Amino acid sequence: MGANCPGMLRVRHLDGRGVSSDDDPGFAAGHGPMYRTGNSPNVGKNRENDMIAKISAAGLASVLALTLTTGAAFAQKTDLTLGLQLEPPNLDPTSSAAGAIDQVVYSNIFEGLTRFGPDGSINPGLAKSWDISDDGLTYTFHLVEGAKFHDGTDFEATDVKFSLDRARADDSTNAQKPLFAGIASVDVVDPATVKVTLSAPDGAFPFKMAWGDAVIVAPESIDGIANTPVGTGAFKFSKWVQGDSVTMVKNPDYWGTPAELDSATIKFISDPTAAFAAVMAGDVDAFGAFPAPENLPQFEADPRFKVLIGSTEGETILAMNNGRPPFDNKLVREAVAHAINRQEIIDGAMFGYGTPIGTFFAPHNPDYVDLTGLSEYDPEKAKALLEEAGVTLPLRVKMTLPPPSYARRGGEIVAAELRAVGIEAQIENVEWSQWLETTFKGAHDYDLTIISHTEPMDIGIYANPEYYFQYNNPDFQKLMADLNLTTDAAKRSEMLKQAQTILAEDYVSGFMFELPMQTVANAKIEGLWVNQPTQAADLTAVHWVD
Amino acid sequence: MSDQSLSPVQASSTLWIALRSRSLILGLVLTLTFVAAALISFVWVPYDITTLDIANKIKGPSALHWLGTDHYGRDILSMIMQGARTSIAVAVLAVGIGMLIGVPLGLWAAARRGSLLDEVIMRTNDLVFAFPSLLIAVMITSAFGPSATNAIIAIGIFNIPVFARLTRSSALSLWQRDYILAARVAGKGAARISWEHILPNITNMMIVQGTIQFSLGILAEAGLSYVGLGAQPPTASWGRMLADSQTFISFAPHMALFPGLAILLTVLGLNLMGDGLRDLFDPKLRRGRT
Repeated sequence: MGANCPGMLRVRHLDGRGVSSDDDPGFAAGHGPMYRTGNSPNVGKNRENDMIAKISAAGLASVLALTLTTGAAFAQKTDLTLGLQLEPPNLDPTSSAAGAIDQVVYSNIFEGLTRFGPDGSINPGLAKSWDISDDGLTYTFHLVEGAKFHDGTDFEATDVKFSLDRARADDSTNAQKPLFAGIASVDVVDPATVKVTLSAPDGAFPFKMAWGDAVIVAPESIDGIANTPVGTGAFKFSKWVQGDSVTMVKNPDYWGTPAELDSATIKFISDPTAAFAAVMAGDVDAFGAFPAPENLPQFEADPRFKVLIGSTEGETILAMNNGRPPFDNKLVREAVAHAINRQEIIDGAMFGYGTPIGTFFAPHNPDYVDLTGLSEYDPEKAKALLEEAGVTLPLRVKMTLPPPSYARRGGEIVAAELRAVGIEAQIENVEWSQWLETTFKGAHDYDLTIISHTEPMDIGIYANPEYYFQYNNPDFQKLMADLNLTTDAAKRSEMLKQAQTILAEDYVSGFMFELPMQTVANAKIEGLWVNQPTQAADLTAVHWVD
Repeated sequence: MSDQSLSPVQASSTLWIALRSRSLILGLVLTLTFVAAALISFVWVPYDITTLDIANKIKGPSALHWLGTDHYGRDILSMIMQGARTSIAVAVLAVGIGMLIGVPLGLWAAARRGSLLDEVIMRTNDLVFAFPSLLIAVMITSAFGPSATNAIIAIGIFNIPVFARLTRSSALSLWQRDYILAARVAGKGAARISWEHILPNITNMMIVQGTIQFSLGILAEAGLSYVGLGAQPPTASWGRMLADSQTFISFAPHMALFPGLAILLTVLGLNLMGDGLRDLFDPKLRRGRT
């Protein structure tokens, strides 16, 4: 679970480069708390009718499925149940920040012009190719032909214009509006061609269009999308049993490579103990972002299962409130940075899974700079710094911890480490909604908190002085603004490295580790993503083998 | 035998009855063991539980760590000793709140039996009593934040009606006695009668009930901590130890076993002690006492 609640607000700042692509393919799932921040589209008055219709349709489908399965009794298994920890609040990725939505629908039901590959690369999606004008301002997308939405309507250029205009409209509730901020106009050239004009050159535009928030929706089905998602993907939405599961069936009319599975059910199990039991008993065939790392060795030792360890974009940090004492004092922040022992936290809270980070950047990114040396574990130095800062010891602060185990467990370890240098961090365990209300939004009433920011390339959040870090450094803000206007790859790389160094030298947060992606699956399942370049549980290539 | 006070012969016979009651002895031994563990933890524990030792995490029982270590490498014996402190403190204070408020309310209601005041007190008590106790606890702790103090208040509140009811019903029967009538004829007020004549005669019953409530308080504290609404880390708590050990049960059962046993044995001890005390204080054995 990770977290990113932060990811969900639209205060982030994108700089927009792709993610590195030299990693294993990875399965996604989730790390995000999937809470939304209040802009939820309404759940619709037609919901009950929809539900009835859906249920009868589902009934019919299962009868049909039953007939089919009996016909091929000994054939390969063609259905899959995937466990995930968090249930999405609705199923519309274009109006809501909740990462849990993307985990269910991304690439399975909805597709964008481009899409993330399992390695984080940007691949063609509904746009089979695109041309960039010489001035870099115009992108001409050539759309795939013959694609249809699940309700039978054709996918055409007008749908692209509708989706992009809807996302960037003033009244849009899209959670990632910065993705669309550079768009000046969207024009339909012909049914299979769309021209997007930008206000400034942006080499990362295809990256932005791959996000779950930028998927293509149809005006015909937009009203019921929160409960009955209608996309162009390889799976059709079948039913959503709230509090339990979402079921999808194979889309027989899919324009591209069809899904290997006939049906896929995503089951939501929030309790780690129950998740363990469900996998052990075979109630779920795979579990994405398995919440209890301590159980992974057991799965590894069991030939029935396999464990996939990949990377996520989740920088797990000990966030400090730079906006108020005592952490408005850099010396105190530096002391905290030296007081925490990354390896101990990774061993104790994550059972050894996780890569130490010294700044707010994913270690698998080629532009990553290893700055862990700036904040290496040195309790004596921490004590000296606290003395230099002139604070009264023991320094009493509050540490607010959201529910994920990395936060709760990491918090206990961090508290013990801080206590050793004279900082008494009083732990307060809170639920997500409370964490969002008090820590992340509003008054930012916190001293310390632990959270994983799972969005790709999100170092720009530090350029927002209103963000819950309350970090206000004009130099850093200028650097980020310049970065957005820079297209030269070498210069951008240089600037990103500089940005990482500023954050590490300012000790803005305690940088702990990159959250790993841990997937447990039946040994006979192939095609799951190992890494999580974006929040997704892409099941389109998943299949059973003997 | 004297009618006024406990004679030496009678005292020894009471002791004899007590010693003959095996459940009372067993209950006392178990309870005192945990009380002793809690008291000792103030001055000494085998290991400091606020210091983590990640390198030695999840070790089974050994000569170094008699009950093994948990997922942070903390010594489970030390945690159980300090957890006993938390459990006992919460339960004692919660029962204390229940008694201090419940008993006077019950006495007052009995003194004004049949009046509107009696109705108001007892129906309010019924209301609290009818409310699921754990739900009250969850409401209080989620409104004011999870902490041991709020757990004490929450558990204390649902102890009030227990004591108020018991006090009132016992007091009502006493109010019919001749010696109370005599006291009233002598001009003693209701408050004085309650204090001088009723209260001393229901003390035994309160002690027995207190013992039972004490064990329920320990269970309630463990339950609240289990769901994260009790004492917050790093304060040791049996309920949280159980919650923390859940995902380890399949390969490190000792992490759940020992705190579970601690809860079981303490509650069992208190219940046996309560039963034993009830036998001991049985009216038939209280000949001569007023």
